[in-house]
Amino acid sequence: MIELFKQPNIDWMGKAKYFFVLSGILLLAGWTSIFFKGGLRYGIDFKGGTNVDVRFAQAPDIDRLRSGLAAQGLGNTEIQSARDIANPNSNEVLIFVEGRGQDEQTLQASREKVLSALNATYGLSGSNKADFNSATLSSLAAVLTEKDPLVLSVNAADRYQQLSRKLLDYRDKNANGVLTNFDDLAKGDGVTPAVLAAVKNSYALGPFAIRNVEVVGPKVGAELRRQAIFVTLYALGGMLVYIAFRFEWVYGAAAVLAVFHDVLITLGFFSLLHFEISLTVIAALLTLVGYSMNDTIVIFDRIRENNRLLRKESFADVVNKSINQTLSRTILTSGLTFLTVLVLFLMGGQVLRAFSFALVVGIVVGTYSSFGIAAPLVVAWNRWRGQGAAAGPGPAAGNKARGSENVAGRLAPAGRR
Amino acid sequence: MNPNLKWKALFIFAVILFCIYFLFGYPVFPTSVAQVKDNFSKQIKLGLDLQGGTHLLLQVQIQEAIGQETDTTVDRLTTLLRAKNIHYDEVRRVDDTHILVRNLDPAQLSQFRDIYNAQFVTDWDMSAAAGNLNGYTWTLKTSAIARIQESTMTQSLETIDRRINALGLTEPTIQLHGRKDNEILVQLPGEGDPSRAMSVIQAGGQLELRLVEDPVPYASQAEALSRHGGVLPAGTEIVPGRSETRNPSGGVESAESWYVLTRLVVVSGRDLRSAVENRNANNPGMWQVNFTLSPEAARRFGPFTEQNKGRQMAIVLDHRVYSAPVINGRIDDSGLIEGNFSQESAHDLALVLRAGALPASIKYLEERTVGPSLGADSIRHGVQASILSLVVVMLFMLVYYRLSGGNAVLALILNLVILLAVLGLFGAVLTLPGIAGVILTIGMGVDSNVLVFERIREELRNGKSASAAVDAGFDKAFLTIIDTHVTTVVSAFFLFLFGTGPIRGFAITLTIGLIANVFTAIYVSKTIFQYHLTKMDRQAELSI
Repeated sequence: MIELFKQPNIDWMGKAKYFFVLSGILLLAGWTSIFFKGGLRYGIDFKGGTNVDVRFAQAPDIDRLRSGLAAQGLGNTEIQSARDIANPNSNEVLIFVEGRGQDEQTLQASREKVLSALNATYGLSGSNKADFNSATLSSLAAVLTEKDPLVLSVNAADRYQQLSRKLLDYRDKNANGVLTNFDDLAKGDGVTPAVLAAVKNSYALGPFAIRNVEVVGPKVGAELRRQAIFVTLYALGGMLVYIAFRFEWVYGAAAVLAVFHDVLITLGFFSLLHFEISLTVIAALLTLVGYSMNDTIVIFDRIRENNRLLRKESFADVVNKSINQTLSRTILTSGLTFLTVLVLFLMGGQVLRAFSFALVVGIVVGTYSSFGIAAPLVVAWNRWRGQGAAAGPGPAAGNKARGSENVAGRLAPAGRR
Repeated sequence: MNPNLKWKALFIFAVILFCIYFLFGYPVFPTSVAQVKDNFSKQIKLGLDLQGGTHLLLQVQIQEAIGQETDTTVDRLTTLLRAKNIHYDEVRRVDDTHILVRNLDPAQLSQFRDIYNAQFVTDWDMSAAAGNLNGYTWTLKTSAIARIQESTMTQSLETIDRRINALGLTEPTIQLHGRKDNEILVQLPGEGDPSRAMSVIQAGGQLELRLVEDPVPYASQAEALSRHGGVLPAGTEIVPGRSETRNPSGGVESAESWYVLTRLVVVSGRDLRSAVENRNANNPGMWQVNFTLSPEAARRFGPFTEQNKGRQMAIVLDHRVYSAPVINGRIDDSGLIEGNFSQESAHDLALVLRAGALPASIKYLEERTVGPSLGADSIRHGVQASILSLVVVMLFMLVYYRLSGGNAVLALILNLVILLAVLGLFGAVLTLPGIAGVILTIGMGVDSNVLVFERIREELRNGKSASAAVDAGFDKAFLTIIDTHVTTVVSAFFLFLFGTGPIRGFAITLTIGLIANVFTAIYVSKTIFQYHLTKMDRQAELSI
């Protein structure tokens, strides 16, 4: 049998103050950053604006792009390369036009302007052929049906539709959306020289492809922001009630506070490392809420069980023992889940980057907060209540405190036989 | 094997078989790998963020429809008052929901009230106008507003639906959105460039044929007004448009100009029977839209054109004059719209006319277009990452918990299969946030197994026999697992209730995954343990 810990015997509650200090530092660091940066960095979902994501065949000249955009009257444009550690050779560029104080029509217009700036700067000038890299399925199918390179007599439209899908699939999946050489298409089956010639005849290859366009009006942005906050609060409230019902209200409150602490720290890390908060990040935050809550309940559950078995021991000792008993499980589960999201962070591609970052941070913080925040909060509450009932400090008070802690244990509903 | 165990095993096999059959063997029983793939992709629908496509959120400007209702009421009322010879100073629309009637003849007040009671009382509240003894203020009733709102939304939804279907895109979704009553969600999977669909959706499509009052168009609105001494003749209004004049060299010059038209609409878009685009006979290379009228409209239009021979008839589309040809003779049921059309724009206009006009204009609140290559990227990366991490997790479980680890691996795989099958059964789509739900499910699935196994190990350490340890382990871990799962499902319930779109997707996947997990990590896993125990030597050690 492989075991991580034989019989761990760590005094977790004795270290509670260090945990509180550590959490304080993390919270302070993150929220100082948020404060000095003038708030969290919201993605387009929450602040509104126009976002165009372009992939180029070769590394683009950003200055040329910027002046092209300026010529369309888009001076206040953010241009950001999608290059990062996991994607060092990406030729992808994100163009963002601020949406603050603009109505929906203006945003829609700036979308058109970005596209025409791209066409004017990099488009196929002097060619009357259409751009294959922006061809749609229906347009390509129409062209092929008209040219009829395979001389089909039956089901021509259907079969050219299928062929077009294959060609575009090659462009999108194998060539990453930007085909640079028509002859590559010949690798697909069913692509005869005649088909290739027909494509070459009608199309040219533009140097870029639009990957993603987002136009979010200010109203939607505000609505989504409001909804994200409320939905999270409702979910936390629901959990609080359930845990209060299953354990005691102080457990529920401690668990929710701990989870809240996790979200705040993760948001701090987002600010420190310049990640944007988008709708998918909210989904990740909700995931971390669920995960951290799960972790906390496992420990609480053990506390409830031990509280009944070990009546002679102080509450803090019971908590320590419970954390130690579940330590193998905590490390195993967190370790494996952490591994999962780390892989996702490193390999999951650009769309999943911020999302998996929230989980990478969240799993670590969420695991830590179960024994570092939630459990000590319950112990602190029990100690405070015990002292409040006692006349003064001293051994007697200690005994009294212990007595009342056991009341807590007895009050917990009899869940086990 | 004891019979109880046998039934459990049968039940589990049935569930597995059903899920696998549903995912891979349905609707066509596969005879090749390609068909298996095809079946799978039919059952598991991907969201636009993974598949590529366009997501549009539109807002219907309902206020406009309400204002129109008020305008129509003003028109109706003035016509009635004139017909009955009731004198008044003014009937005018104050705002979208209020009408002011000023200085009625005191002797005719009861006649006025009779008209109100006979025709307007269902939709309008009437009260004495402030500061005007013989005047009234009419207020549109809330019930009427609600009715207009509902019919506007239904009509908009149907119109947009007809237009998009006419475009021939694959599997579009058009539905009301959110709790607000004025938003419509349109999802167009696939196509890379949404601009054409967007303009077709937004086109007003309101066609009107109206008589031209003054034969010459004016260069500006002010000029038109001053020609009439600042006050337009009753029943007319100024509408912008374009006029074409032949210059001396024979070319055609077009300029922005204003027309004075009668308010009366002779024929509207509702009277159309069909509309098709055609090449312009005089000017090949230019396109036009020909339309025919319904028989009923033709019966009105024939006599009307005969009576007004020699006058101009304006063709007004979305409050803009497209052309104002002279009526040369009786026209029964056909007409044409000329303009600066390409084949595509003429085609789209004909389509919009056939599909009918929008009852109010719409505004795009949100547009998201995911290009097909980005969607493919996300899937590839997401799938690769998920498979790699699953393999690592499973290997670890096998090494750490030996044979029992195999149990956990099986439970995890089964969990995913059930999750996917149920998603498919519900017709839910898998989105990026949905994948977040899957990840949390896997995390909690691993956790459930670890919880159980650690408990069993503890019991073994305390000296219990293998079978007693398994029983106690499952028993004690059970409550913990239920608590963690119920808590998460409770939160998912709130997310589903109050969230929209992506957040809902997360909540759905998570809930299904967790329920599947309780089944696999407890029921299935325990059955396998029990089966193993019956086969195993009593004294042998459990491989955990």
